[in-house]
Amino acid sequence: MLKEYFKNTWDGIWTVLIGMKVTFRHLFIPAVTIQYPDVKVPLPERVRNRLYVNMDDCIGCDQCSRACPVECIEIETVKSIPGEDLGITSNGKKKALWVTKFNIDIAKCCYCQLCVFPCPTECIYMTDVYEFSEYERENLIYKFATLTEADVKEKKLNYEKFAAEKEAQKAAAAKAKPETPVQTAT
Amino acid sequence: MYQFLFNITGNEIIAGLITACIPLVFILIFVLFAVWFERKVSAHMQDRLGPMRVGWHGVLQTVADFVKMLQKEDIIATEADRKLFSIAPVLVFAGSFAAYAAIPFSSKLLGSEVEVGIFYVIAISSLVVAGILMAGWSSNNKYSLLGAMRSAAQIVSYEIPTALVVLSMVMLTGTLSLDKMSQMQTAHFWDWNIFGGPTFGFAKFLLIPFMFVGFLIVYISTLAEVNRTPFDIPEAESELVAGYFTEYVGMKWAMFMLSEYANMFSVSAIITILFFGGYQSPVGYLGNTLGAPALIPFEQGIWFIAKGIFFVFVQMWLRWTLPRLRVDQLMTVCWKYLIPYAFINLIIIGIITLL
Repeated sequence: MLKEYFKNTWDGIWTVLIGMKVTFRHLFIPAVTIQYPDVKVPLPERVRNRLYVNMDDCIGCDQCSRACPVECIEIETVKSIPGEDLGITSNGKKKALWVTKFNIDIAKCCYCQLCVFPCPTECIYMTDVYEFSEYERENLIYKFATLTEADVKEKKLNYEKFAAEKEAQKAAAAKAKPETPVQTAT
Repeated sequence: MYQFLFNITGNEIIAGLITACIPLVFILIFVLFAVWFERKVSAHMQDRLGPMRVGWHGVLQTVADFVKMLQKEDIIATEADRKLFSIAPVLVFAGSFAAYAAIPFSSKLLGSEVEVGIFYVIAISSLVVAGILMAGWSSNNKYSLLGAMRSAAQIVSYEIPTALVVLSMVMLTGTLSLDKMSQMQTAHFWDWNIFGGPTFGFAKFLLIPFMFVGFLIVYISTLAEVNRTPFDIPEAESELVAGYFTEYVGMKWAMFMLSEYANMFSVSAIITILFFGGYQSPVGYLGNTLGAPALIPFEQGIWFIAKGIFFVFVQMWLRWTLPRLRVDQLMTVCWKYLIPYAFINLIIIGIITLL
């Protein structure tokens, strides 16, 4: 009984000292803290972060927009008229469409990377930027289209004129050889 | 100090006020330092860094916190007892500040030169209990009241082993004056009371183990008296939100924190005076070797504060090592272990001093 009492006392003091030894050792172990804004953890190789579109290579094929599961990519295009040179992409594809609108609502984006794979020119890809918070939600709609509004209007007008001309030509052609049965009943 | 100021100014009130302001300024600076130090110690013991942004390694963090605290709205719950609620933090701080009146920082900076110093300190520090009970009761909140009740039970219980050890030290030194106790343990560390006191002889070596026991008891029980982990059940944040100061905001809350840290230093100072030579240097004075006795009081002040801060550091060290005790364990430690040991220690020291 008395023996147990002294043993308890001794254990109480001794175990506290052991604990103190452990904490004292930890006092001199370098901290594991990473001072985040100053020091950044190196990212893994295939991280998926903010999307970027290289508009020089975009042919406006709309495949990324269709692949997107949350529909955060919005693309509008206008056909070019013959004689307009849109240049070629870096892998040699000829561009045929004016991309008048290429909006990515990054607030909706779920970083699944599904839009990246279908791109025939590899112009949409994930970057390693992950700090892009904003105070206004509107600022998170990224507009990648390079054409100015005036340009867009002009291109649209051009195409409409061209289409109208073509329509007129077609109509004229149709008048020239009338009553041609297009479909034959079977 | 008071006499010196009285001679300069020739006015009792001014001299008294200035003398009283010195510990107050010391407390404020010490608290600013100690809160930062505690956060740093806790952080490094957990392999973190702690505050790093404000100033060099976050030294100004407490200043920034204090400025934030000043700007806070002073909220008093509608159901609270407004008068008691507002008095409580002041009373708690007054209690812990009043203890500083008798603490000799150096041979020249004495505060009040009362003959019953240690008795006064033990008595006045009980005022804190009243303040804590007041805070808990007036908050009209279950958690606060529970915290206050626990605190009262704890402080009253742990005052007994403290008093018993202090009593044995009084028997050994033959004085209640803290200044005289410091003077007796002259300027070498082997003359400190923990090593059996200044008189060389057989009794000195006989006393050493009992002095260590006494030191351990008084350290543990004063740790409980200032409500620090592992004895922080009055403010156990995982059980009682924040204990007796749950309802307090801003400056009133800051007063509680101020008094907690002031208490930490004052009990460390008392332990230093009782066992570790008070303001005496362990290795002799630079002032004596240089032949400039005017330097000695300053050296003594530095030694005293350094010793005090060391014991405050040990308190922090224990806080971040040990988990909190249960209420029944707390009472077991006090009544079944500390008090019997303190009693036997008291008797043995009494017999040895009679020899």
